[in-house]
Amino acid sequence: MANDVQTAEIKKPREKMFSKKNLRVLREPLSDNNPITFQVLGICSALATTVQVNTALVMTLAVTFVLTLSNVFISLLRNKIPSKIRIIVELAVIATLVILVDQILKAYLFDISKQLSVFVGLIITNCIIMGRAEAFALQNKPWPSFLDGLGNAMGYGWILLVIATGREILGSGSFFGFQIIPQALYQAGYENMGLMVLSPGAFILLGLLVWVQRTITKTVHE
Amino acid sequence: MLEHYLSLFVKAVFVENILLAFFLGMCSFLAVSKKVETAVGLGLAVTFVLTITAPTNWFIHEYILKEGALAWAGEQFGSVDLSFLNFITFIATIAAMVQLVEMVIDKYSPKLYAALGIFLPLIAVNCAILGASLFMVEREYTLGESVVFGFGSGIGWFLAIVAMASIRTKIRYSNVPSGLKGLGITMLITGLMSMAFMLFSGIQL
Repeated sequence: MANDVQTAEIKKPREKMFSKKNLRVLREPLSDNNPITFQVLGICSALATTVQVNTALVMTLAVTFVLTLSNVFISLLRNKIPSKIRIIVELAVIATLVILVDQILKAYLFDISKQLSVFVGLIITNCIIMGRAEAFALQNKPWPSFLDGLGNAMGYGWILLVIATGREILGSGSFFGFQIIPQALYQAGYENMGLMVLSPGAFILLGLLVWVQRTITKTVHE
Repeated sequence: MLEHYLSLFVKAVFVENILLAFFLGMCSFLAVSKKVETAVGLGLAVTFVLTITAPTNWFIHEYILKEGALAWAGEQFGSVDLSFLNFITFIATIAAMVQLVEMVIDKYSPKLYAALGIFLPLIAVNCAILGASLFMVEREYTLGESVVFGFGSGIGWFLAIVAMASIRTKIRYSNVPSGLKGLGITMLITGLMSMAFMLFSGIQL
């Protein structure tokens, strides 16, 4: 009996690498099932690291690295992890990856790592990573898990970059550190919006972004 | 000395509120702020765990992980720097403490357990807890300061989530545009609250 099941599994045609299902896994988190605006996960770092575009970009890359690899590793281990201690195992995998990222950032991008301060470490408790591990990687094979991690990281990344662009342009008049609002405008009486650099600006911008996105995709919540 | 601690406490509660100024613990803040009673429960649990984990992690950092911290174990360990293990040790400590607290409360106060029980496992992955421990290391607090900072941050988080829950119960009766319902309006209110808390920033004790 058990043998029959096994052969039946082997005979099943292999799924193509970029089958429709896999592409949907990759694409969905970008808009309809976005980790930030729809699943409401990982808000902390989306707000804290978006004063400037370059910190937001580094944060996105760090989260992409941790999220895709943690999904792959947890998916590889999914049949070995006893379900009672799975949270600890997941945390250990994630924390190890985050330590790697932190050491790399400290070695090559020291200034940015200083600016991100505790938020690199807080990738460990970023709910997106735990959430994807729990909801997807524990039930799926490594390759779809990889795509799911990548898709969610990109969905997280574009929100971060949009907020960071808005905050940097409105708050300091620059983009990627380059001044883009001309000096003449300042002489004409224009002033940077100090509020955007501070925390309320982040909350309000994200609120407005969620409003725009939900109006376009017509998702109604609650 | 007392003034210093009081000033640190006020700073942690109002001026540098861990939720409204540093965005820590947003996930559970957004998910659990729909009803006032549950918000109070989670707020108390977070305060409790923060007050315990901050000094515990202080001891671990000071006597095991910091550069040169292992000097008490013998001369050859004097130059060992294990601070790269901060993250994994802190999160393990937090998870273990949460488990311990859960068991102790379950044993001695079933009433409190019924109120806090379901929230305790959630807390292990609340970024406010790990964030407070990491801030404590970054700002080089002493033991006393870390207790006050942990407690103050907890109270600040408690205040914010209870205030938010009360506003959200009221807002149910307002006519919010459909795209703004849920996350959108909550973020806008949080922004206004954070502005209000910033008004405390000039206070010197």
